[in-house]
This record gives sequence, C-alpha cells and structure tokens, in this order.
Amino acid sequence: MKFVDEYRDGDSARGYAALLARITTRPWTIMEVCGGQTHSIVKNGIMELLPDAISLVHGPGCPVCVTPAEILDKAMEIASRPGVIFCSFGDMLRVPGTSRDLFQVRAQGGDVRIVYSPMDSLKIAAENPGKEVVFFAVGFETTAPANAMAVIEAQKRGLGNFSILVSQVIVPPAMEAILSSPVNRVQGFLAAGHVCTVMGYQEYEPIAAKYRVPVVVTGFEPVDILQGIYMCVLQLEKGQSVVENQYARSVKRAGNIPAQEALKKAFRIVRRKWRGIGEIPASGLGLTEEYADFDAEAKFGAVIYGSDVISECIAGLVLQGVKKPLDCPVFGTKCDPDHPLGAPMVSSEGACSAYYRYQPAVKGPA
Amino acid sequence: MCGDANKIDISMECALPISNYPRITLGHGGGGRLMHSLIDRVFKKAFNDPALESAHDGADLPSPQGRLAMTTDSYVVHPLFFPGSDIGALAVNGTVNDLAMCGARPLYLTASFILEEGLALDTLEKVVQSMARNASSAGIRVVTGDTKVVERGKGDGVFICTAGVGEIAHQLAINPASVRPGDAVILSGDIGRHGMAVMGVRESLGFSSSLESDCACLWPSVDALLRAGIQVHCLRDLTRGGLATSLVEISGTGKIRIRINEESIPVTEEVRGACEVLGLDPMYVANEGRFVAFVPANEEDKALAALRGIGPSSGDQIIGIVEAGGGVVMKSTIGASRPIDMLSGEQLPRIC
Repeated sequence: MKFVDEYRDGDSARGYAALLARITTRPWTIMEVCGGQTHSIVKNGIMELLPDAISLVHGPGCPVCVTPAEILDKAMEIASRPGVIFCSFGDMLRVPGTSRDLFQVRAQGGDVRIVYSPMDSLKIAAENPGKEVVFFAVGFETTAPANAMAVIEAQKRGLGNFSILVSQVIVPPAMEAILSSPVNRVQGFLAAGHVCTVMGYQEYEPIAAKYRVPVVVTGFEPVDILQGIYMCVLQLEKGQSVVENQYARSVKRAGNIPAQEALKKAFRIVRRKWRGIGEIPASGLGLTEEYADFDAEAKFGAVIYGSDVISECIAGLVLQGVKKPLDCPVFGTKCDPDHPLGAPMVSSEGACSAYYRYQPAVKGPA
Repeated sequence: MCGDANKIDISMECALPISNYPRITLGHGGGGRLMHSLIDRVFKKAFNDPALESAHDGADLPSPQGRLAMTTDSYVVHPLFFPGSDIGALAVNGTVNDLAMCGARPLYLTASFILEEGLALDTLEKVVQSMARNASSAGIRVVTGDTKVVERGKGDGVFICTAGVGEIAHQLAINPASVRPGDAVILSGDIGRHGMAVMGVRESLGFSSSLESDCACLWPSVDALLRAGIQVHCLRDLTRGGLATSLVEISGTGKIRIRINEESIPVTEEVRGACEVLGLDPMYVANEGRFVAFVPANEEDKALAALRGIGPSSGDQIIGIVEAGGGVVMKSTIGASRPIDMLSGEQLPRIC
C-alpha cells in the first residue's frame, strides 16, 4: 500500500535504529503526544530497537482517556432518555463513567448507535424528526473540524433536533501543562501528526523556544516514529530546540486552512477538565454563541464537575508521562481491559491497554 | 354452508383463507396448512432429500463405518446478503467447516429456521436455495429441519440454527492437544475479507466492490491433506476473532508457543485499506473460508503440495512454527517481536 509500506520497511527501521545508537551519548526522555503513536510504538516493538539510553514516555493524546467521567455520566444520562438517539464513535462505548458504560445503557434499552462520522448522525437526525439526536463530540483538533461541520450543516438545514455533547480538547496547552509541572522529565516531543495536519505547527514554535525542548511533528508508522525519534535526539545532542516536521507528506506549517476556519466558526477556546490531569485553562473547545442551540448541554442540562475519586489507579501520572503503565500497583491485577479502573486501559490508544496487549520490553528509568 | 346446491348464487364467494402470502405471517409457524405448504414449497423443494420426503419427526439414516463428528452452530448476520455470500451459504459452510476441522467428511445437516413475521417469501427462498447449492457442492445432505415464526421486531429476518454430523475415516487425533514443538503452521490464504465485506455493507462505508467475503467450504482442502497421508495434528477455521484469536486458543489448549511472522501473513490491499481507515487489525477480523493447519515439520512441503490449487485455499503458506512454552509471539515487519493476545470484546473503530 503506497505511503504505508515504505514506512513499515524493516531495513529502513533498522537503519534509523543504527543511526540512533551511533548519535546517542546520554539518557534522553522523549514523549510521544498522541495515543495513535503510543499504539504503534508498542504494537511494532519499537522500544526494542532503541538504545537503552532513550526512554519513551506516553502522552495525554488519547481522546478516550482524557474525557472526564462527568461528561461520560452526562452522555449516559442523555442516552438513557426515551426519545433520544445517542450517536458515538465506537471506542467511547466501553469507557466507564462513574458506574456504567454506554454498552450497558444500550443493553438497558437506550438507543445508542455507533457512527463513523458526525455526518452520519446528522443523517439520522434528518430521518428521525420526532427524536432528539445527540452526537458525542470527543477528541482533539483532529475530530473538531468534522464536528464543527456537523453543527454548521445542521444549522443550514434547520435540523433543530440535532445537538452535540462537546468534549473537545486541544494539544498545546496540555504540552505546556506537562512542561511546567515540577515533576516533568520530558526533554523532547514527538508532536501528533494528524493534529498538525489540521492545525499546522506554528503554534508549537513558541513552546519549543520557551521551554527549550525540541518538537518533531511525527507520523504513525514505525519508520515515521523511528525517524521522528532520531530527529529529536539529534537536536537534543546538539543542544537545539526547534520545531521540525518529519511528517511532511501530510503536514504543512500552516495546516489545513479550510478545516481551521470551520473549527473557528463553530468553536471557541474554553477551560476544560482532563480526566486524570485536572482543569487546564484554555485547553478545550466549546460551541460559539452562533451555534449554542446545538449544544446538548443547553438542551439536557450542563455537566457538573466534581473532584476525581482517588483510587489506586495512576492514570493521571501515566497521561502526564510521569509514570509508566507498569509502575501502577494494579496494572494487570485489579485492572485489565475486561475490568478497567482507568481510561488508559480502555481504548486501544490508551498506554495501559497497549502495554497490556503487547507487553513491551520496558527500557530506561521508570 | 353455502346453501342448497340447486340455489347457489354464483356471484357469492366464501372467504377462503389466503395460502399464497408474499410474506411470512405468524400462521406460517402455526403447525397447520400454511406451515406445511411452506415446508413443501420452499424447504423440501430446495433440499430435495429422501429423508425430508418421509415427513417424519426425525431422519432415519445409514451410519458410517468410522467415528462420528458432531457440531452445532447458529447464524445471525445483518444484512442477510452481502458481497460474496449470504446467510444461507454461511450456515452450510460454517457447519461443514467445523466438521472438516475435526477431519470429518460432512454427511448430514439439520436446519432450524427462526423467521421474523413480515420476511419476504422471495428472500427466504433465495436463502434456502443458497443453502441447497452450498450443501450440494459440499456433499452434505439436509435431512431434517424446523420452522418457527416470531413476531415482527423480535427477529432480524432469518436466524438459522444447524447441527452437522460427519464421518472420521482415519485414526488421527486432530485437535490442539496433538500439536507438537517443531510443527509448521500453514495458513490457507489471505485474511480479513469476510469481516470487512460485511462491515462495509452494514455500515454503508462505501468500500470498493471488490471486497468480498471469503465464505467457502474447507472440506476439499482437508480431504486433500488426509488423502496425501499428512499426519495432521490440528486444524482450526478462522471465524470470529480472526487468526489471532484462533492461534491464542490453540496455544492455550495445546500448551505450546506459536511463533509467527507478520510478513508471511497475506492481507489484500482492500482489506488493509479498510482496516487502516477504521483503525482495525486484520489479525482480529473474521473469516469464513480460511483455516490454519498444524503439520509435522518434515511434512510441510508435502502438505503445501497437496493443498496447491484446491478451491479457496490457493494461497496457502507457512506462517510460523510451534515451540515449547506458551503464548503466541509475532515478529513484526520491522523485526521486533510482540505477544499476540485475545481481545476483550469485539474490535471497535477508533476515534481518530
């Protein structure tokens, strides 16, 4: 498959591994931001190919993992109502709120449907004028433009029975939160390729300069990731801290302008709570005044946030790159994909789930 | 009574019950004339077996010489017809394949139909005719059956439950406990087609029309291995949960480690593309016409030669070997190794 096979080539991967071994002179800790990258790293055994001195920590870029329990509870409350069709991407259905998940809501009679695009739920709204159709708008900058298009389109078509429950977050504030933490140990970032496909990478330039960290926009195939790590280590060894683009076949510096315009039309920057991390100012998206009628919280009541229940689960520390999944006292014992205690064990993009499935050889200090 | 025969008003008609319904009604499951007419017109006509003609409570059948293999399965699929196959073909081949995986020649099949009120009779006929065609080519007789009708909304068109009986005419013990370190693992073709073809139409994903289910009868391939005198240790058809789940099951039951090579596992461009888009792993996607065979290492070439050119399994290749230990380990395309595990539930499409 073109644009995929070249980036799964064993010889190229081993070539970058050899280059890394040659240039690495001391320990470095690098964070891959996106859950898709974490999945690929663990699935392909990339850590096995890295020099011992390089430690990868896994970032907060798993949309399933950082969605607060309160929003999930709200989703389940809405989905349980008669007269509501609740639409969601598939992997949100298994994420537990405080007491149940959307699969259970469906089993109890709620009309919960898996869709592949918010546009599918718009079609459902048009076909079911007597019902309220709610789409669960979860994710980072990657899902935001399509979710924005859904409400823009709903307004154009006068679909008053359509709304979205918004749980959109954005990457740069989370990176800053990690870098300003007193326990931070991240020295370089692999930025999320698909987020940058939409947003470009200009917004990372001030972060790289302010915190003196190299940021390499990186793709998702094994060779992409190894090349991204190589570019990052090269900067670290030379004492540089600039933004570079490994994923040039998809990412331009300015990003996808029409997608950004749609996003800006429907969404504004708001304060958001991240599951396991807490509230981060200006770290999420909410609907603009113009599209307020399509806000499920306006129709069904606002989400009320509390404080996270303290448990043995260290999901928050895992999501900030402070701890690794195997450092958790309940990993693989009380917590596994069948009985997840924390969200990173739920989604295939979650670091804990990826470790559980693929059990990588762990390198570097935990 | 319509009155005195001499004074019949020929313009007057008695309200005779309709017998030619275009759709299934609750009456078709009522045990009366409607049900018998359905059995005669649809089932007996298509399956055309003397055991059905006897119209008795069960089939009186000759018993084979060897050991018996028996299996049962239920088929629920939406939509009933999908690219490359349909529920009727699945019901026959799925059961035949389970028998074949025991090394058994398929002999007899039972078929119970749970029909939903409102199902078009044309649709039922198409399903039954597909079953008959597939049974005939697999050499299995449909010898007895049952029909029930459930109210509209309480079924999904047609559910089919089958039981199959086969004859084991050899002395081999074909099961996971027979797998030994050193065995070669042969895969009978590309994986993931059935699951992606069904998902493509079910979710209206607009995949390319060349993506078709691999649904097929596996007995000819197994027969070829047995005829060639291969000491087959284990066979497993790759259905729900895909190749990964089948290997994990065999490793667990057989208490052995299976080491496979990702590069040697064929996946078509269409399946890979569709899986990429949805964030699914073809290793876990369902198949309906693929199997793995565990054979002694010194017989692998002979086994591949026996399979060559036979039916759906033209694409057979060695994908790994068996070692002492436990679990399934896969060498990735970039050369690193990772364990393969069973999924918690079904694969769910990722958010991004």
